[in-house]
Amino acid sequence: MSIKVYVPRDSSVLSLGADQVAITIAAESGRRGARIEIIRNGSRGMFWLETMVEISTPTGRIAYGPVQPQDVPSLFENNFLYGGEHHLRLGLTEKIPFLKNQERLTFARVGITDPVSILDYLAHDGYRGLKRALDMNGTAIIEEVTDSGLRGRGGAAFPTGIKWKTVLNTAADQKYIVCNADEGDSGTYSDRMIMEGDPFVLIEGMTIAGIAVGATQGYIYLRSEYPHAMQVLNEAIAVATANNYLGKDILGSNKSFHLEARRGAGAYVCGEETSLLESLEGKRGIVRFKPPLPAIEGLFGKPTIINNVISLASVPIILDKGGEFYRNYGMGRSRGTLPIQLAGNLKQCGLVEKAFGVTLRELLYDYGGGSASGKPIRAVQVGGPLGAYLPESQFDTPLDYEAFTNIWAVLGHGGIVAFDDTVDMAHMARYAMEFCAIESCGKCTPCRIGSIRGVEVIDKIIANHERVANIALLRDLNDTMLNGSLCALGGMTPYPVLSALNHFPEDFGLQKTQQAA
Amino acid sequence: MTLPDRSKKVIEAAITSNRNKPGALLPILHGIQDNIGYIPPEAVSVIASELNLSRAEVHGVVSFYHYFRQTPPGRHTLQICQAESCQAMGSRALTERAKSILDVSLHETTADQEFSLEPIYCLGNCACSPAVMIDDEVHGRVTPDRLEQLLNQFRKGKQ
Repeated sequence: MSIKVYVPRDSSVLSLGADQVAITIAAESGRRGARIEIIRNGSRGMFWLETMVEISTPTGRIAYGPVQPQDVPSLFENNFLYGGEHHLRLGLTEKIPFLKNQERLTFARVGITDPVSILDYLAHDGYRGLKRALDMNGTAIIEEVTDSGLRGRGGAAFPTGIKWKTVLNTAADQKYIVCNADEGDSGTYSDRMIMEGDPFVLIEGMTIAGIAVGATQGYIYLRSEYPHAMQVLNEAIAVATANNYLGKDILGSNKSFHLEARRGAGAYVCGEETSLLESLEGKRGIVRFKPPLPAIEGLFGKPTIINNVISLASVPIILDKGGEFYRNYGMGRSRGTLPIQLAGNLKQCGLVEKAFGVTLRELLYDYGGGSASGKPIRAVQVGGPLGAYLPESQFDTPLDYEAFTNIWAVLGHGGIVAFDDTVDMAHMARYAMEFCAIESCGKCTPCRIGSIRGVEVIDKIIANHERVANIALLRDLNDTMLNGSLCALGGMTPYPVLSALNHFPEDFGLQKTQQAA
Repeated sequence: MTLPDRSKKVIEAAITSNRNKPGALLPILHGIQDNIGYIPPEAVSVIASELNLSRAEVHGVVSFYHYFRQTPPGRHTLQICQAESCQAMGSRALTERAKSILDVSLHETTADQEFSLEPIYCLGNCACSPAVMIDDEVHGRVTPDRLEQLLNQFRKGKQ
């Protein structure tokens, strides 16, 4: 029997040269007459160890990493196909502390299975949730989701079950399930890892949603920056359709659900749900007024469930193991687990799925290993470009929606970007305004004009031009954006700007202790 | 200037294969840009009349999305991530280096039409910052020297 060798196809790992590693392993084994089967899996999410090659052995999978093509001959010399000693040997993958201490529910299969093998998916508990859902009515399915306490993982944290119930209770000849895969937040990549590493779990989650509310058509709106994810999704949709898990009369249930992946075109604002719907309809991604809610008048004016990738990908395990199983993880009103993405200036960047309640400090130091540069971590931005910058004094905050609200911060989509002490926070505040100006859809004035004025005012503050008066003006402007913008883009840009000003006044030319105006 | 026949065929094919989809405009524009690298101004009126839209509506969509180009790109497109995670790992210096190697600013194409330099806001490669994309290939942990190497490889004719 041939030996299974795993080399990831995740695009982050490809960006480090995984294809060349796979090609070199294949060539070397051919030269030596070794019988191997190379499986292109997703990533386990320990990116400082990528390209991490795994070998299937009777005692479990043994990892080697980070492997470069030039390491391959010596790996063969040292009998790595049988778990032999080598300076890159990491031992049993499951025992690596970064991975061992996680609670992987949504990411249970990522990095373990072949992403486009439906047999592999089924062998690892795949489609158990759907099979159970097919025996239930819509109300019962939605009760299970509501019981789980799942809240939208895209950032808004709205209870998923309530959204679904609204769609269920709105009568219409056509309903839609839309997956928001426009993962534009800097520092986030969990959606990408799911789509590239376990696409069937997303497909299953969307199918369950469709069956629950009677929607027969689904769309995945995928950002154009993710060409690899598109390829994997299209492959997986074709396989699921061929095996009767998508399409007409799914598994003989008399229920239908069709799915198509659509490509966005590089507009950050299309991650906002109504802008995304406009874009799917073939228009400019201009934000809509709410109400009406998309659950009542969504895509093409029809009732629509629009959920983030992680929300939908968490549904199969909830249906499989029950809402209570999922709810038993977490703290307070934040139930279940959150796939956290460590990014920026950290020694060990990667994906950490943990129950809510883990602290920022544990994530930055125990998992992240401190800064990559070796300098002190000065600021972290949590929740993407619209998230607050937090100073060291707030690192003990637990990851919990309400705890973050209490310190005027957000968890968002779970991205954490660390900066060392070389960061200039006035610069970062300016960047937040600049980004808002570039990405504004232009519909509301506070966002469209406010962001441009914001850049100008911060430039004056940096240049020490009437600094105190301009800081007062900047606060006033942020107040207008915060309260007067139509959506989160203009409405939350004040989070990074004001948190930078409040926590790091010295970078704006103020005394460290001086609470600015 | 009239369009070459090949471009006309690409536009017709993109319209024919997508026109019956709900929300067909973005898939049509992608079909065109995938094949000829940009959306020629001449395509706008063709699409408008085929989809029964005004030219202003089609142009409005093309110009709204950063991804759609209205001018031909260079032979290769270098996109450098400008977002926070990559900034934390040196993307500002990386961008400056790219500008000086290629002797262009962001959104410009080199005089020899070899490279277009574009900013991009997150490639989802934040665990391996800073990240760049050259054509469809993502590269992680790119130092300024590594970038120079990569550009040389592409210049030497790696397709």
